[in-house]
Amino acid sequence: MKRKNKIFQADLAAFKLLGYVLVFIWGMLCFLPFLLVVMNSFTSEANIMRNGYSFWPGEWTLEAYKTCLENPERIGFAYRNTIIATVVGTLLSVMMSTMTGYVLHRKDFPWRNGFSFFFYFTTLFNGGLVPWYLMCTRYLGFKNNYLALVVPMLFSVWQMILAKNFMKSGIPFEIIESAKVDGANDFTIYWKLVIPLAKPLIATLSLFAALTFWNDWYNCMLFMNKNNMKNLQYFLHEMLSSIQALQELVSMGKVNLLNEDSANLPQQSMKMAMTCITTGPILLLYPFVQKYFVKGLTIGAVKG
Amino acid sequence: MANTAQTVEREAPQATEVKWQKPSKFKHFLKTAWDCKILLAMLLPALTYVIIFSYIPMTGIVLAFKKYNYVDGIYGSPWVGFDNFKFLIISDKLWPLTRNTLLYNIVFIFLGMFLAVAFAILINELTNKVFKKIFQSFMFLPYFISWVVVQAIFQAIFGFEYGIFNHIIEFFGAERINFYASPDGWPVLLVFFKMWKMVGYDCIVYLAAVAGIDQGMYEAASIDGANIWQRIRHITLPSLIPTMVIMGLLAVGQIFRGDFGLFYQLVGNNAVILKAADILDTFIYRSLMQTNDYGMSSAAGLYQSCLCFITILIVNKIVKIIEPDYTLF
Repeated sequence: MKRKNKIFQADLAAFKLLGYVLVFIWGMLCFLPFLLVVMNSFTSEANIMRNGYSFWPGEWTLEAYKTCLENPERIGFAYRNTIIATVVGTLLSVMMSTMTGYVLHRKDFPWRNGFSFFFYFTTLFNGGLVPWYLMCTRYLGFKNNYLALVVPMLFSVWQMILAKNFMKSGIPFEIIESAKVDGANDFTIYWKLVIPLAKPLIATLSLFAALTFWNDWYNCMLFMNKNNMKNLQYFLHEMLSSIQALQELVSMGKVNLLNEDSANLPQQSMKMAMTCITTGPILLLYPFVQKYFVKGLTIGAVKG
Repeated sequence: MANTAQTVEREAPQATEVKWQKPSKFKHFLKTAWDCKILLAMLLPALTYVIIFSYIPMTGIVLAFKKYNYVDGIYGSPWVGFDNFKFLIISDKLWPLTRNTLLYNIVFIFLGMFLAVAFAILINELTNKVFKKIFQSFMFLPYFISWVVVQAIFQAIFGFEYGIFNHIIEFFGAERINFYASPDGWPVLLVFFKMWKMVGYDCIVYLAAVAGIDQGMYEAASIDGANIWQRIRHITLPSLIPTMVIMGLLAVGQIFRGDFGLFYQLVGNNAVILKAADILDTFIYRSLMQTNDYGMSSAAGLYQSCLCFITILIVNKIVKIIEPDYTLF
């Protein structure tokens, strides 16, 4: 018996060691690129030109951030557009998915199954990009319209289902019934009773929504032509693409980088600084919602 | 509930001996609607939303059989039958696009699930709380960023001139690799970045499922002398299967829908790489926004939507036969 126990212990120790090593490697693979970006945003351009990207700047400098903020107009507009879209969009989106989920979770709502399928069907089949795009541009006038940064991402059936399932398993129906007996109307029950009980759900949905709006570049790419209407992510995308296109030309030998023009080009360190500027705020969100996130996610496990 | 209400209604008039009339279906409908008017009103925003952005555009699939022009609009443009599809097939685009989309997604789904489950099991066995917390957060980090930022990271690592990868291999005496000049290696890179971004999130979903396992089972197993492998094989894995099946089914249903962000941001419009990394979604986007070929774009879009729809129906049917509890609808 004792020997068996020893083998068991050895096995467990080996497994744990394997676990620590593999998790360490993957965790580092995930983390180091972020470190690389941050470090090089503080590195002088000359240093990158000489040594390439590295994990330790020879001398620390804020040059890249200064250059980024020298022309504050475009960044300012981009920041404004992203922040407004994120705040307004997250509020409306969480409101819509919890409200819809609430109605469809009510056992005493006779048409809940029919409506649920009406929503669910949109995830099974859709008309594709072109009809949707034409709907948005021709009939709703989203081209160069701030609505295009919010409305296309306002409602997600998956988030509605998450809300519905969370309420189904997290909020006893008796509570709702007794509130009804006491004379509360259906909206009051939602607003005063269900919402305060659904904090983990709200946190999870807010995180999903905030990420969607903050990280959007696709809708901006489809609908926005004017510089002051673009958002942060798309601004970064344009910067990266212009420098990428140039590098491709250089590597094909079509352009010679060694002439004076290179001084005016978007620079490597600036690219990294811009990445930090666009990503920083959303990463700060994580610690605040972390507490609720896992709970919200598990209880509302996605199923139609 | 509804039944008892009806019987009460039925009995009441008989008692007073008034000739009872069967309430019409329409009246009953109106009464129900009136009773839940607030619920219906709360449903209205989302209902309007899916009608405008999903159901009305569904009728726009007729565009696939038309030659769209701006003046005549969607419904007024002339019909061209299957010309758009014919052109797609003749130009030899359809098959490579479908194959790429399918193959990439198959790898994404199965490798992704394997890694997420493996890391969930590994992390669950770790005892050092601080290590666990820190590295779990690290793994979750890529989930928070957009594909645009992934592109920035990609350039910092794999860039030809300054990328750290090229500096390292040069240090070891190898030649620099210009990833933007050849399609080789791109499948691996794309798979890597997809895993990089999504494994952390999926892992959290599985970890939550692992946390729900009854600890008593593990205690009983260790008293019986089960080693760690046996515990994983007979307790942890079986309890993860429902989550795996549901996540897998949801993913398989979308197997013909590619990750536009990943492919568009990393590959872009680079014609050389597109050979190895063009998928239906990027093709549809380019036909619409860059060549303005509405007909071909909507034909490819309809083709993709139908493929997805058929896949979901088939998968759901099979699941219904094998294990009805897991069906999607």
